[in-house]
Amino acid sequence: MSIRVGEAAEAPSFQKAAHMLLKDDQLRTNVRHATDVITQKRSHVVAEQHDWQQLRDAGSAIKAHTLRFLDHYLDQFEAACTAAGGHVHWAADADEANRIIVGLIQRQGGREIIKVKTMTSDEIGLNRALEANGIHPHETDLADMIIQLGHDQPSHIVVPALHKNRRQVREIFMQAMGLKELGDRPEDLTDAARRYLREKFLKVKIGFSGANFLIAETGGVCVVESEGNGRMCLTLPDVLITIAGVEKVIPTFRDLEVFLQLLPRSATGERMNPYNSLWTGVHPDEGPREFHVVLLDNGRTRILADHESRETLHCIRCGACLNTCPVYRQTGGHAYGSIYAGPIGAILTPQLFDMEHSQSLPYASSLCGACYEVCPVKINIPEVLIHLRGRVVREQQSGASLEAIGMKAMARVFATRRRFEAAQRLGRIAQWPFISQGWIHHLPGMLGNWTAVRDLRPMPSQTFRNWWRGREKGNSND
Amino acid sequence: MTETTSAARSAIFDRIQKANSSVQARSQVADYAAISREYQQSASKHRAAILETFAERLREYDARVHQASSMTVAEAIRIALAEHGQHSALVANAFPKEWLPDGLSWRAEADAEVDAMDKAEGAIVTCKVAIAHTGTIVLKDARKLTLLPDRLLCVVREDQVVETVPEAFARLQSLATDALTFVSGPSATADIEMTRIRGVHGPRFLDVVLV
Amino acid sequence: MMDVRGNFPRSMRISLFITCYNDTLFPETGKSVVRLLERLGHQVEFPFEQTCCGQMHYNTGYQPEAMPLLRRFVEVFKNAEAVCIPSSSCVAMIRDHYSKMAEAAGDAALVRDVEDLLPRVFELTELLVNKLGVEDVGAYYPHRVTYHASCHSLRSLHLGDLPMRLLRKVRGIKLVDLERIDQCCGFGGTFAVKNGEVSAAMLEDKLRCVVNTRAEVCTAVDNSCLMHIFGGLHRQGAGTKTVHLAEILAATEEGMA
Repeated sequence: MSIRVGEAAEAPSFQKAAHMLLKDDQLRTNVRHATDVITQKRSHVVAEQHDWQQLRDAGSAIKAHTLRFLDHYLDQFEAACTAAGGHVHWAADADEANRIIVGLIQRQGGREIIKVKTMTSDEIGLNRALEANGIHPHETDLADMIIQLGHDQPSHIVVPALHKNRRQVREIFMQAMGLKELGDRPEDLTDAARRYLREKFLKVKIGFSGANFLIAETGGVCVVESEGNGRMCLTLPDVLITIAGVEKVIPTFRDLEVFLQLLPRSATGERMNPYNSLWTGVHPDEGPREFHVVLLDNGRTRILADHESRETLHCIRCGACLNTCPVYRQTGGHAYGSIYAGPIGAILTPQLFDMEHSQSLPYASSLCGACYEVCPVKINIPEVLIHLRGRVVREQQSGASLEAIGMKAMARVFATRRRFEAAQRLGRIAQWPFISQGWIHHLPGMLGNWTAVRDLRPMPSQTFRNWWRGREKGNSND
Repeated sequence: MTETTSAARSAIFDRIQKANSSVQARSQVADYAAISREYQQSASKHRAAILETFAERLREYDARVHQASSMTVAEAIRIALAEHGQHSALVANAFPKEWLPDGLSWRAEADAEVDAMDKAEGAIVTCKVAIAHTGTIVLKDARKLTLLPDRLLCVVREDQVVETVPEAFARLQSLATDALTFVSGPSATADIEMTRIRGVHGPRFLDVVLV
Repeated sequence: MMDVRGNFPRSMRISLFITCYNDTLFPETGKSVVRLLERLGHQVEFPFEQTCCGQMHYNTGYQPEAMPLLRRFVEVFKNAEAVCIPSSSCVAMIRDHYSKMAEAAGDAALVRDVEDLLPRVFELTELLVNKLGVEDVGAYYPHRVTYHASCHSLRSLHLGDLPMRLLRKVRGIKLVDLERIDQCCGFGGTFAVKNGEVSAAMLEDKLRCVVNTRAEVCTAVDNSCLMHIFGGLHRQGAGTKTVHLAEILAATEEGMA
């Protein structure tokens, strides 16, 4: 099986990418502004929802239950969707999903498709596969358009172009749409997108979407969106192809009452997003006459097998953990080298790869816990990060790294009182060369990362335990 | 293709079953029933307050709200359309025609192709249920009709308005396999600098006549 | 100073887990805890066999190395009437992970010992307010002070307003709110070294907020954050100092004189 997560296998380490991005003041200003606005809106609508914690409990419980009986629910979904006139396809990995989708489009003789925002298609690298087969995908979500027309990468799960400001968007649109004049108010830019895409919506015969929820009970699909481009792609074309990870299934229609309250408030800080579309297979006289759904594994069942971290699969892609994350807010999404950025990306990407790539990501967190606090399905991201750090340490199998040697030595120091006290004495001696005017301004090696921006006070001449010892002997005036 | 996908299917199911071999302590039915649902599932406000919330939430989305009685629906629709200077409309197949005002030039949804919808001044529909807490109307079918024209007018009966999302799902259960669209205000985006802009691809104007 | 001893039901025997880094780098914090608790009429003991809770190893991915430290902690403190820890992140390590670690080790006796001990483990402000029922500890600290809420104190221990309730009762103190108080300072243990540049960027934001308060002193219940914040303040030449909350609560008018 060959797992792909966008281009993440080739991405530089988080530290390296962050080093470059921290120098981009414009990007950091844009990211900060956007995340500030969303977190404020979110706090407001979450505070007014008095049963928020109960909704989180239910959302988490439904997801945990579904994972325990995932085979049952996928089977049920497949049967119900097929009975309603849909076609269900299964893809073990990204390449297989791309082959299936390209095949379906080629069978229709299609040369272009209209797409509504789907992270999963970015995960499998669908656009590249389509283009290699002479099929042009039109991204129709405003932000995705900005990314596609600007040959950029998404930096956020929900607002993929939040790293671009209005002037940058204007430049991209003028160039790509061949416009001589264009204002830079968001209204002007939105209007340009509306005019540019309306013709495509009416003309292109194949639509492509992701799915927010698959309903096992009915075989139905739910797509949540704001702009109406989703509804265009879901209803106007003759053929609709939907891709979804296998974890997107929920047991019943009724379960949506939980997720449709959790998702919009968490994602965009709205009580409800403008449009939710629900359909089941093919509807007579309504929408596409042919419907295909491609169910994707691409590493998900391996995450399921790790019981310490399977809760990663609860994720409903709301992006709240990105907006609140103090690390994401500094670097933006590109530092994570993956289409899945932020705290959820830091646990999802390496796990999809079975820890073969992206091993710096579990360390891209100060474990501050803000992500867990806002997660609508209660993924304990800090706990999963710690668990994955354990896997990184085990799987690097390089017991000889400086860090591993240091950590093992420290463990030996803490193992007995005698060694601990000896180390305290030794430390006081070892620090002498670095002290100047009562402070340490520079340290060698990894510790130099500390003194790059911070001074360090040297170890005081007396440890607490020595003070206590003296006090017991009556040598102290305390 | 069929062969490889069925190979993928059995591989995926094998892996799921292996991953779950140690965690299924009880039956799927019992496990589902044990899910805690302590969230609010029924109304907590009086009818008048619920209707007031509904109207308030709609207005917050920049929708216009018009009050009417069953006798004055046509008049309310006439006034709403006149405010936009709108003289014609496409009307959903299921819409009661006696509610249409005299003098309105209208065509039925069934007689309109996509191009006609694209060029239409507006659409007129009814809903299946409405949610006060979120300012949402839930439409069945008429998906293109309620999307392509720039103006959407929806008639909502007061008895269709529930307070909470769970109450709406209870009422929608019999329509669970239909094509449903939840509409909460006009189409919008905040993709550029998080500034909310009304009307991207869907209707830019939403009028609700509350009967 | 008012006599506060009469407020308490009885004198307790409190075992101090000073934590490895406070022992080595911040002995003043430990001394202050001792003075404070003794002033309130309690008996403090310091078991010398204690070393480290294992947090650094556990959080960095060296979970097997943390296991002997768990055993050691349980062994040293299992008979304590109450354990006082002036570091919320170490309390969080013990409270959030020890049970799970003991279970994973398949050691039923250890699981029992951990579960038996956990209800007796307190962060300093928890001990004072929740266990000992005191908010006014008779402290005097005539300075402009801002309180930094560490992430573990906020989101793991859920200390809420416990530290502020104690600070508000300190005589002479001028408290100033810190903006963006729930934002991480960027320390994060080994994160500060492994992702030094991002940590520094986060610190810069925190320093801006601290400097904006024009406080003489920035306090917290964790010296780890404070070491990071003070290191940054000192490098920038800012005048604000950092002081552990215990040192403020231990300060008295007599001590100032």
